Amino acid sequence: MYATLVLWCIFAVFPFLWAFVTSFKTDQDVVNGATYFPGIDFKPVLSAWTNLFSGESIPIIGPYLNTVVISITSSLLAMMIGSLAAYGLSRFRFNLGRFGNDDISFWFISLRIMPAVVIAIPYFVMFNSLHLLDTKISLIIVYIGYNMPLVVWLMKDFFDNIPSELDEAAIVDGCSHFGAFFRIVVPLSKSGLLVTFLFCIIFSWSEFIFALILTINKSQTLPLVIVGRASTRIPWWEISAASLISILPVAVLAIVIERYMIKGTLMGSFR
Amino acid sequence: MTDSPVKYAFVLPGVLTMIVIVIFPVGYAIRLSLSSWEISAFGSGLDFAGLTQYAAVLQDTRFWHSLFVTFIIVFFAVSLEYVIGLSLALILTVELRGRRVFRVIFLVPMMVTAVIMALVWRTVLHESIGPINDILIRLSLPGIPWLSHNTVALISIIMVDFWQWTPFMFIILLAGLLSLPQDPYEAAVIDGASPWQVFRYITFELLYPVSVAVLLIRTIEAFKIMGTIFVLTSGGPGTSTETSSYYIWIRGLKEFQLGYSAAMAFTYLIILTIGLIIFSKLLRKRISPRKL
Repeated sequence: MYATLVLWCIFAVFPFLWAFVTSFKTDQDVVNGATYFPGIDFKPVLSAWTNLFSGESIPIIGPYLNTVVISITSSLLAMMIGSLAAYGLSRFRFNLGRFGNDDISFWFISLRIMPAVVIAIPYFVMFNSLHLLDTKISLIIVYIGYNMPLVVWLMKDFFDNIPSELDEAAIVDGCSHFGAFFRIVVPLSKSGLLVTFLFCIIFSWSEFIFALILTINKSQTLPLVIVGRASTRIPWWEISAASLISILPVAVLAIVIERYMIKGTLMGSFR
Repeated sequence: MTDSPVKYAFVLPGVLTMIVIVIFPVGYAIRLSLSSWEISAFGSGLDFAGLTQYAAVLQDTRFWHSLFVTFIIVFFAVSLEYVIGLSLALILTVELRGRRVFRVIFLVPMMVTAVIMALVWRTVLHESIGPINDILIRLSLPGIPWLSHNTVALISIIMVDFWQWTPFMFIILLAGLLSLPQDPYEAAVIDGASPWQVFRYITFELLYPVSVAVLLIRTIEAFKIMGTIFVLTSGGPGTSTETSSYYIWIRGLKEFQLGYSAAMAFTYLIILTIGLIIFSKLLRKRISPRKL
């Protein structure tokens, strides 16, 4: 049993290790064939890393800032609007013709079926005419739409698991519905809110297609800049260093999320 | 559940946001698909071409080929991800030492930026300077044309997707397994059931709703595959790994045949939706009436 687990670990971790080792090579070490162990096969150097920060190779500071700003802003907004909607769907009965709560929830989720290309083409035309191409705002707007179905889905399920008697008690005591939401339910949902927020960040951070289509050079995000460098005469050593730096935050977030996922914070969604 | 007019205040911001950000552009895309607009005619107005673009799409062999490629990738990738994910999850329900560490390590590939990891895989699979072929050669085995041979490139794509998304299956199935009731197992032990019987008739059966949910979700996501193709093969060699999304992108945003690509995108969406509905009906035959 352990053997299987260890085997998978090797498979899972190998690309990261390879990138790590490659980031310490010079161009000669890479181009002349595969080398593995620093010190034995090749002499490790720091040039790939220092070049990153000095701006000589892949310009990484600008895109890093872009990615951080875009991810956090869009995730915050998606969380705010989405949680409100989730609470509404969780606590109130909707009856719009033959559409009830479940249908509305399903509508939110069904929007995820859409391949990015379908909607990216009109986005391109629309943002172009609004002169919003290559701005952070365009990506923030798109990512809000991209993340909100997830927020509604996860948070509705989370709110369903918080007994409505609690907010009802507050309302009986004279609280408004919004008051009950903000002062009772939200504090109780901190872990669910946090995990969903982190998921939004991870998805925004790693998003590629919309960033590819809607930016040119000023508002590029990390995935774009790194992939963009990988066209001709690829500097694999620099790419390795840049890749590792750019996935580090999300990898950390992943570890944080893991504690919550198994505890069953979000598992209600799947039953 | 209560009722009160304030419910609209909660839900309307979300609905309106989605309508503006998603529905409205989709409507515009439909309008595009009914035109013959190409970027060279940017200044002029939008003409009306009826369904001619759709007819052209249905006759486009490259489109049907891309559909086939997409289906192959999704079918094999998702199946593998499910089987291995379930196996890993089953192993980790046992009280092994260090299983927390394994769980964290298993989870990471799914969470990090997919395109970037695909790029890293490109270095790993590199036919002349990558480690895998190097190891093979040192073992006197032939190097494998990971990205330059039609079928092998498909396998590489499937493998990278498998590497990235098995953790998804794994974590959801594990959570599902951990929440299964214990009584049926005790009864099975008393009745002397074999391990296979226990798995087949208790574990698998009880896990069925979760399995269906996770298969559907992963399949929906898998059909959108784009970044991996873009980075690893650019649809090549030739068009052997060209998925529908990629072909739509080429036609729309590289060749700027906006009307045609919009029509193709919607055709794809319709085929996809019908396929998914059939797929989910087939899978859910055996579950008692519950929501997804």
